[in-house]
Amino acid sequence: MKPLTPHESASKHVSGEAVYIDDMLVNEQLLVGRVVYSPHAHARIKSFDFSEAKKIPGVHAVLSHKDIPGHNQMGPVVKDEFCLAQEKVICIGQAMFLIAAETEELCLEAERKIKVEYEILEPILTIEKALEENSLLGPPRKMNRGNPDEALKKAPHVITGRLYTGAQEHWYLETQVCLCVPGEGKEINVFSSTQHPSETQSLIAEVLGIAKNEVVVEVRRMGGAFGGKETQGNHAACWAALLCWATKRPVKIRLFRDDDQRITGKRHRFLSRYEVGFDEEGKILAAKYELNSDGGCATDLSFAIMERAMLHVDNAYFVPNISVVGKVCKTNLPSNTAFRGFGGPQGMAVAETVVDRIARSLGKDSAEIRQKNFYGLDANNVTHYGETVENNRLFLIYDQLMKSSDYWNRRKDVEAFNAKNEFFKKGLAVTPVKFGISFTTTFLNQAGALVNVYKDGTILVNHGGTEMGQGLHTKMQQVAAAEFGVRLNRVKVNATNTSKVPNTSATAASAGADLNGMAVKNAVDILKGRIAEAVAQIFTEKNPNPPTKKEDVIFQDDMILDMMHPERKIAFADAMPLMQLRQVSLSATGYYKTPNIGWDKEKGWGRPFHYFAFGMCVSEVLVDVLTGLHTLLRTDILHDVGDSLNPGIDLGQVEGGYIQGVGWCTTEEIKWDDKGNLLTHSPDTYKIPSVQDIPKDFRVELLENVPNPNTIRRSKAVAEPPLMLALSTWLAIKNAVSAVVDHEIEPEFSLPATNEVIVLSVEDLKKRSIQKRAPEFSPAK
Amino acid sequence: MSSFTLTVNGKKHTVDVDPDTPLLWVLRDSIGLTGTKYGCGQGYCGSCTVHVDGEAIRSCTMAIESLSDKKVTTIEGLSPNSSHPIQQAWIAHDVPQCGYCQSGQIMAAAALLSEKPDPNDEDINASMNLICRCGTYNRIREAVHVASENMRKKELGQKGGK
Repeated sequence: MKPLTPHESASKHVSGEAVYIDDMLVNEQLLVGRVVYSPHAHARIKSFDFSEAKKIPGVHAVLSHKDIPGHNQMGPVVKDEFCLAQEKVICIGQAMFLIAAETEELCLEAERKIKVEYEILEPILTIEKALEENSLLGPPRKMNRGNPDEALKKAPHVITGRLYTGAQEHWYLETQVCLCVPGEGKEINVFSSTQHPSETQSLIAEVLGIAKNEVVVEVRRMGGAFGGKETQGNHAACWAALLCWATKRPVKIRLFRDDDQRITGKRHRFLSRYEVGFDEEGKILAAKYELNSDGGCATDLSFAIMERAMLHVDNAYFVPNISVVGKVCKTNLPSNTAFRGFGGPQGMAVAETVVDRIARSLGKDSAEIRQKNFYGLDANNVTHYGETVENNRLFLIYDQLMKSSDYWNRRKDVEAFNAKNEFFKKGLAVTPVKFGISFTTTFLNQAGALVNVYKDGTILVNHGGTEMGQGLHTKMQQVAAAEFGVRLNRVKVNATNTSKVPNTSATAASAGADLNGMAVKNAVDILKGRIAEAVAQIFTEKNPNPPTKKEDVIFQDDMILDMMHPERKIAFADAMPLMQLRQVSLSATGYYKTPNIGWDKEKGWGRPFHYFAFGMCVSEVLVDVLTGLHTLLRTDILHDVGDSLNPGIDLGQVEGGYIQGVGWCTTEEIKWDDKGNLLTHSPDTYKIPSVQDIPKDFRVELLENVPNPNTIRRSKAVAEPPLMLALSTWLAIKNAVSAVVDHEIEPEFSLPATNEVIVLSVEDLKKRSIQKRAPEFSPAK
Repeated sequence: MSSFTLTVNGKKHTVDVDPDTPLLWVLRDSIGLTGTKYGCGQGYCGSCTVHVDGEAIRSCTMAIESLSDKKVTTIEGLSPNSSHPIQQAWIAHDVPQCGYCQSGQIMAAAALLSEKPDPNDEDINASMNLICRCGTYNRIREAVHVASENMRKKELGQKGGK
């Protein structure tokens, strides 16, 4: 393994010096901003009056939609999201008014004095009701290959079913936060916890009705984001900007945790239906999938998320005849949004349920069925959307992991344990991940960088990506240092700033290092070209015979040298002052766009992904079938990140992604009441994995010697794919549950597998088992 | 508003705030020590953990009026130059990802080690129930064990030297 390069902020993280937006020093002019949001899921605003609120001394602004100087819009893709409600409210948590005051207490006092009259309307709060009323955010999406109807008719076995997968709250530790500081004239400086500074900049310019060159958005680091700040960081930013504009004073909005949970969107819950035909061996012959997501009250990224779900409903399995329909439901809940995996987990959960069911119905081990259905190396290797699965690592990972995890012996041990124990059951499962890397909106696959070298030989890297804990800045520092052949501490990565690198894409789709790394490399290559030419001249002036050719000048070990005449050399730092004397520009922009991808959304056909990331996970659990309590006994992961840019960071991403996935799969349950109030709006009602919830035995490895062609330093993306490894934990629990009836009956199961789901599933299995064995004693009779 | 005097990281501070103001906001807003973070404001997540008389407490639910004559230590005062074995182990094991919860995690771990110099996994589970959404738990656990070992080695070395 390569030596560990710690996170570039590690020393600041452990000393408390790392500055997050809420920590920034601001003068006493700072005002506290607050958003007042709708208490009703669906209502007409008959009237409102905030004249009393405005009179409170220390309250500097109370704003409604009427006070927005520009467009009242903050929809990122489709313009269907008001910045502040107009006429109607369409979810609890929708922003209605903004307050800026000298203290938080004054904001709350002002909020209490705002009077609003509503006419309550009927809300839509479930996917089922939305489907019934055909309440959709847009037309259904479709993908198709072969003739699934015909193939289903001919298939020896057919299963049908539905799967419910739940929402998930991001729970980034740093809640949504933005600080706006007015500049001169129309200028506004924005410090926003956002994954997408360029979009934040655009939306602020639009709500304020000013040009984009008046708005500068900067983000040093986020205290976690996980997709929750890809579009919805924009909201607090637009609100703070409006208050800053109105008061001409610095304004900061930092949401309280409860407000953050109520206001912001979550991972989309899905209700999926499937009909799958297979042969005696368990090979899938045909599948019809219908995926229905809860988009919430506005579009946000819901269609891209649905698209990714549809593109991952195969997971690692070849399905010759397949149709997929995706519907995004419009409900009266906050608009759901990106969350690590971006629809992938919801699609894969369906694929894994199907394979698990096939195995149970044939009385076989699910590992065997999985391997049988993997995309082939040479044949059966084209996905249902036309992309060939190249550099397929599935078999390599499967063989290594099944051996290293001792799967088959442990299967015997699990069965032996289950035969002896009535109230405790063990479960074991292996699941694969094949995750496509690239934004499926092809044009977004671009990145920029600005690299400056200073006279003392230090380097400042600006790139379009944002740091949210994934280690992107560390990787960019490494890329610049490696490409320049200099020691790491010459390179500093700047806070992401829209005035340095403009018009960027969100840091998302796990592609941050892929895209920005190439852009940084491009800028470094340009600078090296200029420097090499000047250094070749310098060398030649000293030793004209033979002259140094610029193409022979190389950069290594903090030196610049002529590789044909290694005695001709100069320290990197010593060469830089000479560059200025020789009028060589030491600042360059770099740019990159992902090559050879393209995708026809309408036809559902093409090559949306630059490549696939692969991984596999074996989980073993112990379930108390009387209480539903489960324990993760052991987890073995083998994951493919190509040639890792930073194994320490990548392993951390795999470990953390898996744990976050375990939360989604087991304890993180989101509930609303019948009025659309979020019931799970705080950590006392929403259970996120904690240190005691990690596997007792946790073995995580990166697949070795698997360079990835055509990516930055042969690496692969990492952030999202490991989250879906947790599906093995979910299916291990299901495996333990079905052991209650010796795997003879298919359990009713949903995601997350909370204690309640487990207990109800066990009880249901027992009832059905009695019915099956002795129908005359059946309680149904 | 009332006047309160408290000792933070060895330095006396007098602040004028409401008696029920949580210590977290006194530290962050009145004194300017921003290493201690707001996570949930309800004492669940642990990002705001500091030491009061050596014990780990959640500063977001601790009213300033209950702190007279107490000594408060925050992440900024845990050690000079991040030299505490916990901080060293945190860097060596590359624990932080986004870093936001880590001041709290470190303060909780430091308090645990001063009470139990050789904690097992159950001890860590019991006393470090803090949320890290990046999921750095297994590294936190490893780093606590390593710091514990290093602290004991150092102590043995010091005793041996005498």
